[in-house]
Amino acid sequence: MQTRKKYIFLTFLASWLLLLLFGGDQLRRFSLFSGRKAEARRNWPRWTDRSLLKSFVDAEELQRDEDLSLPSPRERRAAWLSVYRSSRCRMETCFDFSRCEKHGFRVFAYPQERGQPVSETYGKILSSIERSRYHTANPEEACLFVLGIDTLDRDHLSGQYVRNVDEKIRSFPLWNGGRNHLIFNLYSGTWPDYAGDLGFDIGQAILAKASFHTDSFRPGFDISIPLFSKDHPQRGGDRGWLYQDSVPPKKKYLLVFKGKRYLTGIGSGTRNALHHIHNGKDIISLTTCKHGKDWEKHKDTRCDKDNIDYERFDYQELLHNSTFCIVPRGRRLGSFRFLEALQAACIPVLLSDGWELPFSEAIDWGKAAVVGSERLLLQIPSAVRCIHPERVLAFQQQTQFLWDAYFSSVDKIVHTTLEIIKDRLSPHRSRSRFLWNALPGGLLVLPDFSTHLGDFPFYYLQHGYSASKKFTALIRAVSQAGSLSQPILRLIQAVSGSQYCAQIVVLWSCEKPPPPSGKWPQTTVPLTIIQGRRQVRGAGRRQGSGTRAGIHPTAQPKLSVLPPQLSDRFFPFEAIQTDAVLSLDEDTSLSTSEVDFAFSVWRSFPERIVGFPTQSHFWDPEQGRWGYTSRWTNEISIVLTAAAFYHRYYHSLFTEYLPAGLRELVDGLAACEDILMNVLVAAVTKLPPIKVTQRKQHKEAVAQQAECGDGAAGQQSPSAPRSAPAKVKGTAGSRRFSQRQDCLNQLADWFGYMPLVNSQLRLDPVLFKDQVSVLRKKYPSLEKP
Amino acid sequence: IMCASAKYNTRGPALIPRMKTKHRIYYITLFSIVLLGLIATGMFQFWPHSIESSSDWTVEKRSVHDVPVVKLPADSPIPERGDLSCRMHTCFDVYRCGFNPKNKIKVYIYSLKKYVDEYGTSVSNTISREYNELLTAISDSEFYTDDVNRACLFVPSIDVLNQNALRIKETAQALAQLSRWDRGTNHLLFNMLPGGPPDYNTALDVPRDRALLAGGGFSTWTYRQGYDVSIPVYSPLSGEVDLPERGPGPRRYFILSSQMALHPEYRLELEALQAENGESVLILDKCTNLSDGVPAVRKRCYKNQVFDYPQVLQESTFCVVLRGARLGQAVLSDVLQAGCVPVIIADSYILPFSEVLDWKRASVVIPEEKMPEMYSILQSIPQRQIEEMQRQARWFWEAYFRSMKTIALATLQIINDRIYPYAAISYEEWNDPPAVKWSSVSNPLFLPLIPPQSQGFTAVVLTYDRVESLFRVITEVSKVPSLSKLLVVWNNQNKNPPEESLWPKIRVPLKVVRTAENKLSNRFFPYDEIETEAVLAIDDDIIMLTSDELQFGYEVWREFPDRLVGYPGRLHLWDHEMNKWKYESEWTNEVSMVLTGAAFYHKYFNYLYTYKMPGDIKNWVDAHMNCEDIAMNFLVANVTGKSVIKVTPRKKFKCPECTAIDGLSLDQTHMVERSECINKFASVFGTMPLKVVEHRADPVLYKDDFPEKLKSFPNIGSL
Repeated sequence: MQTRKKYIFLTFLASWLLLLLFGGDQLRRFSLFSGRKAEARRNWPRWTDRSLLKSFVDAEELQRDEDLSLPSPRERRAAWLSVYRSSRCRMETCFDFSRCEKHGFRVFAYPQERGQPVSETYGKILSSIERSRYHTANPEEACLFVLGIDTLDRDHLSGQYVRNVDEKIRSFPLWNGGRNHLIFNLYSGTWPDYAGDLGFDIGQAILAKASFHTDSFRPGFDISIPLFSKDHPQRGGDRGWLYQDSVPPKKKYLLVFKGKRYLTGIGSGTRNALHHIHNGKDIISLTTCKHGKDWEKHKDTRCDKDNIDYERFDYQELLHNSTFCIVPRGRRLGSFRFLEALQAACIPVLLSDGWELPFSEAIDWGKAAVVGSERLLLQIPSAVRCIHPERVLAFQQQTQFLWDAYFSSVDKIVHTTLEIIKDRLSPHRSRSRFLWNALPGGLLVLPDFSTHLGDFPFYYLQHGYSASKKFTALIRAVSQAGSLSQPILRLIQAVSGSQYCAQIVVLWSCEKPPPPSGKWPQTTVPLTIIQGRRQVRGAGRRQGSGTRAGIHPTAQPKLSVLPPQLSDRFFPFEAIQTDAVLSLDEDTSLSTSEVDFAFSVWRSFPERIVGFPTQSHFWDPEQGRWGYTSRWTNEISIVLTAAAFYHRYYHSLFTEYLPAGLRELVDGLAACEDILMNVLVAAVTKLPPIKVTQRKQHKEAVAQQAECGDGAAGQQSPSAPRSAPAKVKGTAGSRRFSQRQDCLNQLADWFGYMPLVNSQLRLDPVLFKDQVSVLRKKYPSLEKP
Repeated sequence: IMCASAKYNTRGPALIPRMKTKHRIYYITLFSIVLLGLIATGMFQFWPHSIESSSDWTVEKRSVHDVPVVKLPADSPIPERGDLSCRMHTCFDVYRCGFNPKNKIKVYIYSLKKYVDEYGTSVSNTISREYNELLTAISDSEFYTDDVNRACLFVPSIDVLNQNALRIKETAQALAQLSRWDRGTNHLLFNMLPGGPPDYNTALDVPRDRALLAGGGFSTWTYRQGYDVSIPVYSPLSGEVDLPERGPGPRRYFILSSQMALHPEYRLELEALQAENGESVLILDKCTNLSDGVPAVRKRCYKNQVFDYPQVLQESTFCVVLRGARLGQAVLSDVLQAGCVPVIIADSYILPFSEVLDWKRASVVIPEEKMPEMYSILQSIPQRQIEEMQRQARWFWEAYFRSMKTIALATLQIINDRIYPYAAISYEEWNDPPAVKWSSVSNPLFLPLIPPQSQGFTAVVLTYDRVESLFRVITEVSKVPSLSKLLVVWNNQNKNPPEESLWPKIRVPLKVVRTAENKLSNRFFPYDEIETEAVLAIDDDIIMLTSDELQFGYEVWREFPDRLVGYPGRLHLWDHEMNKWKYESEWTNEVSMVLTGAAFYHKYFNYLYTYKMPGDIKNWVDAHMNCEDIAMNFLVANVTGKSVIKVTPRKKFKCPECTAIDGLSLDQTHMVERSECINKFASVFGTMPLKVVEHRADPVLYKDDFPEKLKSFPNIGSL
């Protein structure tokens, strides 16, 4: 038995050995083979004397890189001005920065010429300029000028073509050789070469043009804009078509194209080849010869069959159901197709050599599009097939972000153009490439607020920051009493009791001066009183500490007493240094644990408004407008800023991002500012606010009954509140109510859509109203009715 | 094979003493044979290698002075001057690069020659140390090919790093006679010091036709965007001096200028700054009274004070980099190495690798006109941002400036990215320092979308053999309005699922998937049958959840589609005594996980769980038949950086009586096992990704004094 075992063992060993030798031999041969290959590969030699090689430059020579015989820096810059002009313009040689120093970046649009109507599209561009927060009506203040002459269509065969532009602009006293002017253009040149020529001398003006060719593009000076149709909305704009992140992110078709095939002329090289990649299955590339009057003259053998295939597919259907869309050049480099694909979340595959991509100075197109080469059209199918699904998913989402942030309306396109120019004025206070390409996008991020990513509520996760662990309570006092009321004293006590409270700031917006410091309660945290705007004649402008004067360009009050400017509460007070702001009214009633809990929730959602009493909006189909309700409902979309946490950045956004006109609108309507704040934050985040705890009212007393009418209204369905405002009892309440409803509708109109989003949930402490010992609960006091 | 035999070796000797003596001889012989065999194998394996490497050495044992000499006739052709309109699509031949699955360009290096003119005078130094390093780096990289026919990019070995060291016309002639020159198409030249007196052109003056230029010191007028590559001017000090990274934070000086050769006009402006702002500004100059033997390049002086260069750069927050006769300055590299934030004052200068690097994060660019405002501009930068810029500056140096190798590889990668744009390296990979890459998360579902309610969700029930309970779960779940499909994962290979007729009749499609192996991870497989974004994972014994409760869970998930939305929450805690993580189950005020016995999540996470789970976690879970839910919680938190959402008061899935039956000891073993999982996963992830929160989600009107029939979710369930 033993021996047999041993023989088995022996055999086993022997076979092992054989295997080893044989296998080893195999391996050896293999490695020898590859080794021989490596030997054959002639690498750059390791020179024996490489340590003796001299450096490419003597260290001393490198550090003495200055030639005093050269003109002085000042002379050199002066010389540049005459050398680098027109086609070689750069900001430093063709732009007068000094015009922007005194009043900042202000844009003036020339009044339109009488008897020379502008096209609908140019009208939209001009109106976007007027809606911009940089607009000024005073050319003296302006840093940038936009012509009143329509320069969009410079194809002289077109009906929109404006003649004698040269003569006209030369007669403008402000023209100054085009310095500090911005010229918009969508179409230039004409058949047959569609050159970039505008038909007039733009001089030193900045050109914002669609279909920009890299040859004529002056980097860092001109701006490439996308081609958009005359139906492109002025404001708001349609959403992207991606409603869900499908997994896998594949759609019915992989790659589609449907368009004209040019048989001759410029651009025909690519358009004529597109049909080669059509496979009838997941790659659909359809072309038609039918375009122009005399297409049949150039007709070739494919045309008839192609034309039939072409009719079989619907462009919109293809757009909706394809992962990638080919965006080839047309006669010009850009096409409507580009924005259409972007909106449809159909990843653009660009085949347009030499196209300077829209806003390339800011946008990293590599994250949202496949920048192909016209010459490599036939490689495109295999190239896009190899793109990993995770990358496809990211591409799709990025198209939607870019569409929504920069392209979905004329306003966005124009404002992006302006912001890019503004960023050039002070490079140290400008947006990094990261900011342009991450949510929520460059337009919503103000470099004047901060250039540090950690100061914004949006980038905590991407950069591993977290929001500060303390908050500032901002209490607005408007009562006319002049002395401190009980509620405000209790509120100060409750808030200062929170371990997360860094300081309390009271915004004293009353007629009477605030009580002397001795009258204020003693608190463990610093208490600062900021004097709000005094509403006395002749003192219409802001006074007092901690505020920057002159930011509010409001009209001088005509009456001796005006209601306090409600939007003042969202002024970016320098006193607020923490990331979180707890906004309160003087009559708000909150307990310390409510504050603590809400703050802990806010730290999880620093980009949203987190607060207690809520309201909601709904579409009222009968009235054809937005309705607003403060009833108890199953859904919420507005959190009252009488008791809410939000990021301090929203103060800056509110005051500096929104144009003065909109703030005036809000100041004109009482009780609208918190709706505007909610609308603004929802427009930025695309998400609903967050309600915490059961609390429905911010005041202790049963106030606002007229509005709330909670118990009595029990018969009506709260999920679809239909009650017209007239039904609400109490005149003061109903006036306030209808004002808020007006406000909501005017804001929706201004934004071009309704940014508010509904939410069906509220956040409670984990053990809220659970049947366990109160001692186990961290926030037991929240359960008291 | 080597590993297997080694293992056998160690076992051999241990066996021998136990054998009978007469058999010992067999074994010794056997062992010797095996050993011999091994040695032989080893010899065979290593021999060729040693031959090959030695032959390599013989080939390479050459001196730079032994390279072939090429005589250039005086009338040999000169290329055209550089074409300013060149772009990749006009001057570059992409067909040479081809389509390959690796998406890598192939780079060929011409062999080294020594060029002389008709009179035998050399055209330039054969090769500089730096250019040799650069070519070595390319040759060692993945881009290299020695096959000129397969190459997409050609790098001449003619050293044009420093224009002052070469004869322009003759160098151009040397380029023109390269075997594949073809008007310079697809040729890449590296130049760091362009131009020469008196006009100091900002690009290499050597006529080069269509060749790409990787140049240091381009201005916006000479740089062909998207064609040329702007590279740094290499500082030889990078290799000589070892400056350890210094933590970010305030430094002794606020602004420092260390350049020796400044135009007097600049120096006056800097001195004015110093006069205005005192000691926080330090303007250094060359030393006039150094003793012999001290290298002037390593010293700087202010009045009588002598400072070591480049060490002094680490003493300042900002370091001025002014243009000289040329735009590109080697001092930029020294400044970055010192972690000092460069203040770049050189109008029209194209910063190194500006095509991919976001210089706004690492430097301050100030127009020359604004020099007098420099101090106030720099003062306005928040301290936290300065610290990040310091870190970023150092990272740029380490990744792209520190050696000729990094410069060469970054240049090739940029060109590679242009040719294969769909495989290009992302902004984040170029720009984020390792610390940021490590601490940041990039959520794969980053777009804020609220998926349409109409889409509904797919319930995935994992079951083994509890058919009765399974049928009850199916009946209960089918009552949820937004359920769009029910998928039963039949995890029992020994038993067939019940006949079709026996299954409950429900209003939505019901599919049964049979698995090949009874594994817990089958629950998280991305089945094609799941057509909705939302997945409800539910155990086959969870029957107590009400329809309202499930529907509400789905609504909450729609508001947080990138999170795990579940019912009973769990918590992880740091056990200070044991110095490890501990699993905590019920009645805590905080949650960091939800049980996946019933939880909503995005189908994408099934993909991640199945294909992207780090380490051996997946196998570990299958082997232990436990903790798949903890693994999912870790995975989602790690990839999104966000917390879970616990919905409704629900604290456990079993009825209170059941817990009593479970028994205490079982419960404790369970807790120990779960704690072990947390520790295991935390070590695999290398971090603790779970986020602790104090909130749960309830319906807006939960427990409110309001008619129940008007509430959307009146029957939200109990504990």
